[in-house]
Amino acid sequence: MTDGSTSTTSHLELEEHDKTFLDSNELIINMGPQHPATHGVLRVILKLDGEKVLGTECVIGYLHRGVEKIAENRTYAMFNPYVDRMDYVAAVSNGLGYCEAVEKLLDVKAPPRANYIRVILTELNRLASHMLWLGTHALDIGAITPLFYTFRDREEILKIFEKYCGARLTTHAFRIGGCLYETYEGFEQDVKKFLVFVAPKIDEYEELLTTNRIWVERTKGVGKISGKDCIALGVTGPVLRASGVHWDVRKAQPYAAYSDFDFEIPVGQNGDTYDRYLVRMAEMRQSLRIIRQAVEKIPEGPIMAKVPKVIKPPVGEIYHSIEAPKGELGYFIVSDGSTQPYRVRVRPPSFVNLQALDVMVRGQLVADVIAVIGTLDIVLGEVDR
Amino acid sequence: MTPIATPFFFYLLSGLALLGGILVITRKNAVHSALALILTLLALAGLYLMLYAPFVAGVQIILYAGGIMVLFLFVIMLVSIERSQKEEQFNKQWIVGFIAAGVLGVLFVLVYVKGRALLPAPTAQIPNESQNTQNVGVLLYREYMFAFEIASLLLLVAIIGAVVMAKKRI
Amino acid sequence: MLDYITSYLKSNTTPGQAGNQFWAFVYIILIFLGLSVAVIAMNWLERKILAHMQVRLGPMRVGPHGLLQPIADAIKLLIKEDIMPAEADKVVFWTAPVMVVITAFTVFIVVPFGPTHAVTDMNIGVLFMLGVSSLGVLAIVMAGWASNSHYPLIGALRSSAQMVSYEIAMGLAVVAAILMTSLHGIGLYGVGSGTGTGTLSMIEIVKAQQEQHAWFIFKFFPLGLIAFFIFAVAMVAETNRAPFDLPEAESELTAGFHTEYSGFRWSLFFLAEYSAMIAVSAIAVTLWLGGWLRPFPNWLTGETWDLVFSLFPGVTFLLLAVIAFVGTMRMPKHPYFRVQTLGLGGFGAVLGLIGLVLLMPPVRDRIQDIYWFSFKVAAFMYLYIWYRGTFPRYRFDQLMKVGWKVLLPMGIGVLILTAVVGVLL
Repeated sequence: MTDGSTSTTSHLELEEHDKTFLDSNELIINMGPQHPATHGVLRVILKLDGEKVLGTECVIGYLHRGVEKIAENRTYAMFNPYVDRMDYVAAVSNGLGYCEAVEKLLDVKAPPRANYIRVILTELNRLASHMLWLGTHALDIGAITPLFYTFRDREEILKIFEKYCGARLTTHAFRIGGCLYETYEGFEQDVKKFLVFVAPKIDEYEELLTTNRIWVERTKGVGKISGKDCIALGVTGPVLRASGVHWDVRKAQPYAAYSDFDFEIPVGQNGDTYDRYLVRMAEMRQSLRIIRQAVEKIPEGPIMAKVPKVIKPPVGEIYHSIEAPKGELGYFIVSDGSTQPYRVRVRPPSFVNLQALDVMVRGQLVADVIAVIGTLDIVLGEVDR
Repeated sequence: MTPIATPFFFYLLSGLALLGGILVITRKNAVHSALALILTLLALAGLYLMLYAPFVAGVQIILYAGGIMVLFLFVIMLVSIERSQKEEQFNKQWIVGFIAAGVLGVLFVLVYVKGRALLPAPTAQIPNESQNTQNVGVLLYREYMFAFEIASLLLLVAIIGAVVMAKKRI
Repeated sequence: MLDYITSYLKSNTTPGQAGNQFWAFVYIILIFLGLSVAVIAMNWLERKILAHMQVRLGPMRVGPHGLLQPIADAIKLLIKEDIMPAEADKVVFWTAPVMVVITAFTVFIVVPFGPTHAVTDMNIGVLFMLGVSSLGVLAIVMAGWASNSHYPLIGALRSSAQMVSYEIAMGLAVVAAILMTSLHGIGLYGVGSGTGTGTLSMIEIVKAQQEQHAWFIFKFFPLGLIAFFIFAVAMVAETNRAPFDLPEAESELTAGFHTEYSGFRWSLFFLAEYSAMIAVSAIAVTLWLGGWLRPFPNWLTGETWDLVFSLFPGVTFLLLAVIAFVGTMRMPKHPYFRVQTLGLGGFGAVLGLIGLVLLMPPVRDRIQDIYWFSFKVAAFMYLYIWYRGTFPRYRFDQLMKVGWKVLLPMGIGVLILTAVVGVLL
């Protein structure tokens, strides 16, 4: 993925006498796969000059489970739970994208109530994902306390998930054609209570970090990437928006019930780590806004569209993408008319965003690599699939 | 305050200093040499303490052992040890070395034997230890003010020179 | 022999100055034990305080409220396999932890817990402390190099660069405080009286503050405060603690210079880190916060106040005992918790007993100095934990920038201004 010089250099190929600092030669360091800051099993080969990063190479695949291949041997409904295991911190979004893609293929529309439930849960999940991101990102930069705050509050979201569908992390909340479960008694109260509970908590996180001098110094101007580069690399999500590009699938190609709600897309200017942080914080507030509207306006009615027992989409192909917490999550499904998809290709935001790592850290310091990996908000389950 | 076991500590510290000195020149590994040098410096600091010169001892520790040697080690550590060990150490000028050491030794002995009469007999009085730092200060800033300032100016010039040489563009 | 031992009790200097080796040895043992207990307590307190800052409970399993956790940890570390990397430099790898512990403990020889409560009072007290603690850098460099591995080496380089840089700012702040021992000001800043001779001795520095009726933090306001601030920042950097804990930045360098150390050797580094924290805090307390002097010596004078302040040590322990008893009351009544409840109750009883002993007149007068000194040091320890719970970590270049471009000029400025103010104003 880089300019070749790094991708061909491995530790062994260096001459024996090159392995020191003083010769102002490069030092090759393996960051990961067992490293506390790589968020899983990412291995980054760093080429360093002292503390300066000359280049990086990501080695991925340690968590590869062949999700896409599995799809070819499962029926459409059977594959649904598998997608939860990709981005496991935002499982609901994954499920939504897949279900909607298959619905599009079948030419079925989920009923409005189902769409509202979907939006509420997805946005809750976005909050949970951003909270986890914030906690771990801050931890990487050395602030250990926000992690516990965010986990405390994320717990409330997971409780709602658990009450709704019985699972906390890999929820499998949606089915092709709508939702399987009607909302439980007191769902709306729970969500409303949560909204009241979490709004001041977000202020609390910001209080700890936003104006913290050390935080600002550590993140401002770090891992800069221009909007142009973002587009060239296919980077999406908050990373793209922080670089000043106004692009959010929820607004650009509204899916589910997003066109019914009034919300803004926070956009940054500098495309640095600090802006990405601000964008995500603002996004959390916007999510609250969407959830509030959705809970208030949620219509009565069925929650499942008419879907045949055996799902046999017509021959054809479909690409459907949604705005997952980490960026544009797309599903490309090719159907040969049988009960099993001929091919499923996932466009995972983490995988594509990870490409930007090299551009962002080149010429910066080792400590910035950590900050940038954190700010990219990758989940290795999704990168490797 | 009466000192105890003075000869014991004197021989212990001198022995350590000597041992360190020998290790410095015999170790092949530069880091080991540097560490042995630190041992010597610390033993010397102990000897200064025995001479009722705590200020000098403190300065010895803070400057030599704590400051200069850390920088030394810094540089040595950056050089690959495996490589430096493989390299030819120094020119093996044994003969010159022995002659130089011998001449120096003879000089020492001569000075000791001849100079004994010239130098005053060792004074037995114990200096006022509790005013040591103050005494050094008074001497430096009253008696030897000029020399002291000259030295500090020299050092300043050296610092600026080092910065200029090290930094490519200012 | 007995005369030799008891003769010291009448003198009013430190055992070192009185030339009494027996008592010096007793003091050394006491300080060593006290430090070990302090480090163990710090271990527990840090985890508990940090945990409560982070909405969690911290250790709760081993002993009531995890009180025995540090001991369990210590046992675990001692019986752990001691790994030495095959490629490591054996001798240096072995020496480094020994050296770090020796330097960390040696500095406590001159720490004055009271006018006579120090092993000895050196003429070069502060210089000795700074010098010996600067040797700790050597140990870190040695440890990092001897591990023969990338992460420890970078950790050691960072660590030593950081400590060497911050030592300078620290030294300047210390010199400013030492200047204050001789300059008691005339006119505008004129406070109290002093002998007029400066001193490096730890005990004399505190005595100077007593004579001048001003803790140096308040002297030549705001110069003392600025110098104290410089020292307070530099000392955190010097001990490699958050937010300057780059050498041990676990998200970047796993564990810095002691990555390859395990078991007992690692615990030595741990011990040294905490005693170094206590040592620098002790310097700060001695130089700026009046050492063993009780608070408000100027405003709250008179016998009544003396009595009130002398009751503090006993009352503190009684308060701790009350907390322990409340904890005992709130223990679950289930038989499973019986041992823990009894243990906590017993612990509370011991604390209460100590408190009562400390209330007795002859004891409380002697213990007061030690109490106030420890109290101030403990406040610093709390600050250390608080920093860790609050701040993100600096990046290396930013850290250097703070050291060289902010603290160093500030230190030089304060030093010059202190001299000018002391002589002219």
